Amino acid sequence: MTAPPASQGPNPTESVSALPSVDGSKGDCALGVDQLTKHFGDRVAFDHLSFEVGYGEVFGFLGPNGAGKTTAVRTLGTLIAPTSGSAVVAGIPLTLKNGSEIRSRISMMPESPGLYLRLTVTENLLCFAGLYELDDVRKRIDRALRAVNLQDRARDQCGSLSKGLRQRVALARALLNDPAVLFLDEPTSGLDPVATREVHDLINSLRSQGVTIFLTTHRLEEAERLCDRVAILNTTLRLIGRPADLRQQLFRRSLDVRLRSPLDDPGVLFGAVGEVEGWEQTPSGYTLTVTDPDLAAPAVIRALVRVDADVLSIVESHHSLEDVYLELIDEDVEAKRR
Amino acid sequence: MSFSWTRVGAIMHKELRDYRRNRFVIGTMAAVPALFIILPTIQLIAANTTSRALSLRIGLSLLYMLVIPVTMPSVVCAYSVVGEREQGTLEPILSTPIQREEFLIAKALAAFAPTLVIAYVVFGVFLGIAALFAHPAIVSAIYAGSHVMVQLLFTPLLAGWAIWVGIAVSTRSTDVRVAQQLSVLGSVPPLIIVALMSLNVISESTELAVGLAAALLAFDLLAWRAVAQMFDRERLVTGRRR
Ligand SMILES: Nc1ncnc2c1ncn2[C@@H]1O[C@H](COP(=O)(O)OP(=O)(O)O)[C@@H](O)[C@H]1O
Ligand SMILES: [Mg+2]
Repeated sequence: MTAPPASQGPNPTESVSALPSVDGSKGDCALGVDQLTKHFGDRVAFDHLSFEVGYGEVFGFLGPNGAGKTTAVRTLGTLIAPTSGSAVVAGIPLTLKNGSEIRSRISMMPESPGLYLRLTVTENLLCFAGLYELDDVRKRIDRALRAVNLQDRARDQCGSLSKGLRQRVALARALLNDPAVLFLDEPTSGLDPVATREVHDLINSLRSQGVTIFLTTHRLEEAERLCDRVAILNTTLRLIGRPADLRQQLFRRSLDVRLRSPLDDPGVLFGAVGEVEGWEQTPSGYTLTVTDPDLAAPAVIRALVRVDADVLSIVESHHSLEDVYLELIDEDVEAKRR
Repeated sequence: MSFSWTRVGAIMHKELRDYRRNRFVIGTMAAVPALFIILPTIQLIAANTTSRALSLRIGLSLLYMLVIPVTMPSVVCAYSVVGEREQGTLEPILSTPIQREEFLIAKALAAFAPTLVIAYVVFGVFLGIAALFAHPAIVSAIYAGSHVMVQLLFTPLLAGWAIWVGIAVSTRSTDVRVAQQLSVLGSVPPLIIVALMSLNVISESTELAVGLAAALLAFDLLAWRAVAQMFDRERLVTGRRR
């Protein structure tokens, strides 16, 4: 993994740090997490997590089921005590004593909305406004409902709402106290594509209003679409960075070469080209791992022409974040088998 | 953070709204008092005024009515935590600044207030029926001795005990039905002591009644502390049994 230039711009999303270590200057971040670990008995939920999230940032925790995402959110939200490590949440050190104080500054939307189904939307929100000891309750409820486009459903009983609408009520509930950090645990899990799209749009509009969001998801396109930075988690943090940079920096570049017939001695031929780092035979030709496709492609073509090979095509392979992700998860699966 | 009555009020309010739309709770709150006004009234009407056991009859009638503050809150409280857990509302609630004492007091008061109102109304109705239909000798026997005081004093104290037992069982259960059965079972022991007194097994006196009441109050306070100690956010949220 290559380390990025250490420019600390005013915008924290500018610098893509490779698994940053938390230094003493935690003052200005929404979340500062240092070596945080949670064990359930001898089962490890997450291990030695260290990262920072800046104010105004949308930070994604991406990982498969069982990666420890929910447990991490609950731990940062003071519902669960960490086994070891430390964290600062919305400027307050994460300790048992500070639980209530931390919870008053953040809000959490759990995986399932958890509404009182016999109460109306407004009654649900009224209860939570009381729990946050808010004043101007009616105005705040109005604003929260407007933020999720639910003004006209205020008097509906929650039990009569669809899953997507319930999720939006839960989001309105999480917005009531103007949280310094908004935790969203798999906000679209179980929603149909239309409802998912609506929730995505809502998150994007919160993002443009500068709300700090910590979002977990097992879906790549969601992380890619919504997040300024993504951390890939599978019990431990595997990678952290901007979605585009993760793709760029971390996936090996390669060329796909298609030939009419296989080469007599591909090892010697590709070995002689400096830009090629490795090769692999495919049904229709070869996949070459290269340092820079723009330099490698002409050199490879020259070498192939020299041995009279019939070149059908030569193209640079494009990899999505999904490839990076699957590759990382794969490594983990192999590691576990060992 | 200091104890907040605003948060207690928020939960209580929500709880009372929810009860009103919960058929099971409404059913319990209607059926229990209905049953325990009919039985004592029959006792009363059937009582023989010359019988030397009149006091016993009246004791029994009043005892029936003390079943109300025992069963009603224990059924409702047994539901209070495990019920929220089953519908997935416990995690959002516990994610707010609420502290365990606030949560527990709110749950307790939400059961205590309707219980007290219903139990006292039932007692009032009973006294009304007695005044209208029973023999004057019976009526004066009701007001003689410490019957009325016992009734007024023990109603909230028995309810308090039933509430803490119910909540304690509820924080430890994973199943609403089991919680309700255990909770009703656990709320009965103090009623037995009161019964022994009402039925003149222990000879009734004002001093004894006050002494018992003081003991029950002490138990209620101890139970509250014990339940607060048992309350474990992490276990409640992750649903893990220790
Ligand atoms: N209460 C618990 N007791 C024991 N193990 C748990 C408990 N909660 C979660 N785990 C384990 O911790 C790991 C992470 O779980 P979780 O945080 O729910 O993952 P995710 O949300 O990423 O799917 C899983 O292996 C899970 O089985
Ligand atoms: Mg999860």
